[in-house]
Amino acid sequence: MGEGDDRLERVTATAAALELIETLRAAHGPLMFHQSGGCCDGSAPMCYPAGEFKIGARDVWLGEIAGCDVYIGGQQYERWKHTQLIIDAVPGRGAGFSLEAPEGLRFLTRSRVFDEGEQARLEAQPPRRGPVPHGE
Amino acid sequence: MTFAFPNTEGAVVSFDSRYENFIGGEWVAPAKGQYFENPTPVTGQTFCEVARSTAEDVERALDAAHGARKAWGRTSVADRAQVLNQIADRIEDNLEMLAVAETWDNGKPVRESLAADLPLVVDHFRYFAGCIRAQEGSHGEIDHDTVAYQFKEPLGVVGQIIPWNFPLLMAAWKLAPALAAGNCVVLKPAEQTPASIMLLMKLVGDLLPAGVLNVVNGFGLETGKPLAQSPRVAKIAFTGETTTGRLIMQYASENLIPVTLELGGKSPNVFFADVWAHDDDFRSKALEGFTMFALNQGEVCTCPSRALIESSIYGEFLEAAVERTKAIKTGNPLDPQTMLGAQASTDQLEKILSYLDIGKQEGAEILTGGKRLEQSGDLAGGYYVEPTIFAGRNAMRVFQEEIFGPVVSVAEFDGFDQAIEIANDTLYGLGAGVWTRDGTQAYRAGRAIEAGRVWTNCYHLYPAHAAFGGYKQSGIGRENHKMMLAHYQQTKNLLVSYSGKPMGFF
Repeated sequence: MGEGDDRLERVTATAAALELIETLRAAHGPLMFHQSGGCCDGSAPMCYPAGEFKIGARDVWLGEIAGCDVYIGGQQYERWKHTQLIIDAVPGRGAGFSLEAPEGLRFLTRSRVFDEGEQARLEAQPPRRGPVPHGE
Repeated sequence: MTFAFPNTEGAVVSFDSRYENFIGGEWVAPAKGQYFENPTPVTGQTFCEVARSTAEDVERALDAAHGARKAWGRTSVADRAQVLNQIADRIEDNLEMLAVAETWDNGKPVRESLAADLPLVVDHFRYFAGCIRAQEGSHGEIDHDTVAYQFKEPLGVVGQIIPWNFPLLMAAWKLAPALAAGNCVVLKPAEQTPASIMLLMKLVGDLLPAGVLNVVNGFGLETGKPLAQSPRVAKIAFTGETTTGRLIMQYASENLIPVTLELGGKSPNVFFADVWAHDDDFRSKALEGFTMFALNQGEVCTCPSRALIESSIYGEFLEAAVERTKAIKTGNPLDPQTMLGAQASTDQLEKILSYLDIGKQEGAEILTGGKRLEQSGDLAGGYYVEPTIFAGRNAMRVFQEEIFGPVVSVAEFDGFDQAIEIANDTLYGLGAGVWTRDGTQAYRAGRAIEAGRVWTNCYHLYPAHAAFGGYKQSGIGRENHKMMLAHYQQTKNLLVSYSGKPMGFF
């Protein structure tokens, strides 16, 4: 995601998130994320065993963090696309059926607003939709 | 008078140090013997341990529910209604104790749990006791000798997963119609607020036949998932967010069972210019309606978190609204004068702070608040946020996602059409507010807004007998109304011929 990169990352992760991913991967195998919306634990990035959550044709693939695919609902993407999602991990309880709940840590989505130049570049590289085939 | 902290001298409520599950009318330790710590958001200190249940415990609860299913389903509606009324009476007799317990578990000001949460719980059980007594099936005369009878039957055993923002009230919303309709229930409370419901079970557990209501605590992954995925539940009800809502539907599809979902909103609260026409009680009521964003610290699926104000009054209205917001009294949630309590968890606190950061980055202007609320003494470790007003544009994320904190985002509009356009420019459609002195305008706005509930010249009222549920991505089903019975019932059709003659086909 440096200045010289061709590709802008729509999602990144902090060191704390990467560490938690490794812990969870050791226990549960390959992982995936789906960004939630709505009330209660809405806005939480939900972490599941890879393939647990059925990705729909309109879901947007935001990218990957530590080898885990990260998706968001297609309509929600349209409302969120001016921000880069930064997956972090903080002390807490986790939410929904997300895998980290028992760990005493939870994933949290922080965000950075893309500047105008970045937004223009992102417009030129539309995201892929639907499930990314395994191994790609 | 400020209530004493639970388990201290003079307290109206004492929690046990540990809660097992309530299964088959008994207290049962989780199969794996594990428990998790439950902190109070008021101080951040752990006050009890709660069962960390797994699939074995869910199965045990399902065994108990299936054991009770036939007898409860055949219990007369008069007797089932009587049980619901007894539950209501006992809650009412212990209202203060449960209200303080709710505040301790959730963080909400006791002013609200005393005046709203618990009285609504009581009324909800009474309402569905009445509904089931009055419910009738139907019959149709197909022809002179052929009659179609429609009987209402319980589904059997249902699973319910409830949220943490109104732990007892959301339990009541789901339990009352399910039990009234003759179902047995396995309920999973939210892991953030697992304790007050256990006090309720201690209080009313003996009123129900063993196995009719089972409460299993634990984490979503370990307890909620086996419940949602079980082929032994006939329906699953969930209140929460959209990704888990989709996962619940996915699991339900494996067993081809119905779901009801309530997944939140981003509710517009629309103030037309004529609210400002006179400096009277109505103007004050409208300003109170604006400030309702802080009710329950904003942890309400219908939080009026997008205030849309007509441009001709925008400046004056907002100035007064900021003053009204600054008058919100913060402090100890157990002080009945306190209007704003603690956020329910550290998770929630962190998320709200992240949205305050996003709003600032997006260029929204902070008119008041905007940061964590520092309290002193015992409350220093609690999870508090200042009531916050952002002014900005509807395309900003702080206008598009439910922050679930005491945060409102304000924008202005020109005329009716733009008001409706902005109001509907959201993924969700749960609640909305419309404020105007013009009845025709109120009606037209209410019908034009794509939301399941449009409060008109009021906000945040939740009486039983007013249907509540969402359009768009806000969910499926309507709670809080007798129509919810249908979501917990099968229809049995008997198609009966009273003709003595053959049809003549063969």
